[in-house]
Amino acid sequence: MKVLVPVKRVIDYNVKVRVKADQTGVDLANVKMSMNPFDEISVEEAVRLREKGKATEVIAVSIGPQAAQETIRTALAMGADRGILVKTDGDVEPLAVAKILKAICEAEQPGLAILGKQAIDDDSNQTGQMLAALLGWPQATFAHKLELRDGTAQVEREIDGGLQTVEIKLPAVMTTDLRLNEPRYASLPNIMKAKKKPIDEKTPADYGVDVTPRLKVLKVSEPAKRQAGVKVKTAAELVDKLKEAGAI
Amino acid sequence: MTSLVIAEHDNKVLKDATAKTVSAATQLGAPVHVLVAGDGCDAVGQAAAKLPGVEKVLVAEAPYLAKMVAEPMAALILGLAGNYDAILAPTTTSGKNYMPRVAAKLDVPQISEILAVESPDTFRRPIYAGNAIQTVQAAPGKKIITVRTTGFKAADGTGTATIEKITPPADPGISKFVGEELSKSERPELTSAKIIISGGRGMQSGDNFHLLDKIADKLHAAVGASRAAVDAGFVPNDYQVGQTGKVVAPELYIAVGISGAIQHLAGMKDSKIIAAINKDEEAPIFQVADFGLVADLFKAIPEMDQELTKLGY
Repeated sequence: MKVLVPVKRVIDYNVKVRVKADQTGVDLANVKMSMNPFDEISVEEAVRLREKGKATEVIAVSIGPQAAQETIRTALAMGADRGILVKTDGDVEPLAVAKILKAICEAEQPGLAILGKQAIDDDSNQTGQMLAALLGWPQATFAHKLELRDGTAQVEREIDGGLQTVEIKLPAVMTTDLRLNEPRYASLPNIMKAKKKPIDEKTPADYGVDVTPRLKVLKVSEPAKRQAGVKVKTAAELVDKLKEAGAI
Repeated sequence: MTSLVIAEHDNKVLKDATAKTVSAATQLGAPVHVLVAGDGCDAVGQAAAKLPGVEKVLVAEAPYLAKMVAEPMAALILGLAGNYDAILAPTTTSGKNYMPRVAAKLDVPQISEILAVESPDTFRRPIYAGNAIQTVQAAPGKKIITVRTTGFKAADGTGTATIEKITPPADPGISKFVGEELSKSERPELTSAKIIISGGRGMQSGDNFHLLDKIADKLHAAVGASRAAVDAGFVPNDYQVGQTGKVVAPELYIAVGISGAIQHLAGMKDSKIIAAINKDEEAPIFQVADFGLVADLFKAIPEMDQELTKLGY
């Protein structure tokens, strides 16, 4: 069984995001970019499946600028076998991403596509579910634990009230939550090896997908700021202040 | 035409998130219908019919809808989609699960987690963990929207919607619910509690959370946690407040032993009043706290407990 792992190049999660003065977006110039943290969890899970002999090949896909090749290299250094870069300029909405991934799934026939539950830039939380819908596959979102069985997967999911287990038929889409695993760091020898692994370069047109955005971003602005309040000296004073403010 | 709101419920109780999503739907200016999908959920349908601003409630019942599994939910909503201009669901783990499936099948983009309705086709939504706010305009056509419920208030009053039973389509049969482990608690739920007390890594262990439980019992508060506390295994995942956990906006949020990582702040900074107890006076949580106490929580929390007892809580 092949496993497909889409990976997105995003602002590193440690970077403080700054909104551009002209409100057209956030400042990406000279900012450290990394693999979306949820996608790292996806790559880790896929590589573990191959190490356990449950998967035969792990294919990392990125849709983005030429620089997204680095993100694919990171996945290859973690243990993915080969990459596909679908080159685009500008933002691509989740639906267009899902359409490209659908075409890749039809060509590659993976048994499982593992995606991060959301990208930490646009926070959409859509792509995995959309991909599953377009393929007519089942989905297990917000995965906490994966167990592959014969032709099915049992997935424990993080839900609002606790944990839920679903059984889905394969092929399927799974999206990862924080506690599915702890992604490894790529070792230096593996980083060197990754440089020799193949990356195919494609364009959305190769898959017949129009990536023109359908939503119009009118502006991007700073959120309302909160002001720091007062410091109190004792727990008793804190309770008094809360009472005064009518909070308790 | 009309807007359709997908109800959030557990087959017994209609969740607060539904009323808030109805408020968002009302702002689109069209009549609002509510879909209650579940099993043995009559009471929920009746509760939904009493929500102000709702014209009609559709109730679809089937065993495979009981747990709102994404595939049959999406099939049900798609079957109704032709009658509606906009379909809205709360940004709960179930709404997040089925809605993008609906959007993809309709070939329309989804607008995730709106905070505000600027006009019937223009919305504000958080990006970059709430560090920026995007204003987006939808193209003409159907709108698929998830709603961050802390951005909207449930309307006052009582409605008198009609209730119509509908027959759901067959289960697509590619997925099934196996089981669940839900946290049992007598306390209010995090997303609807008026007061929340949350613990972070500073709590040092899961056992120490009983210190917070005592305060929570006195104040009828919910207990939450930072991602660090959940990752450390102190408390289950459903305690997590933050961008990737639950987004909350209670009247009072008490952060205990929480440093205030951006990820956590994104999930609670819209709270009306924030109080913070942390021994590190440089902790970023103090930059958003209305009341800050620099102290060892293991001393401060018992003191706070005593003080509340003294005041008759």
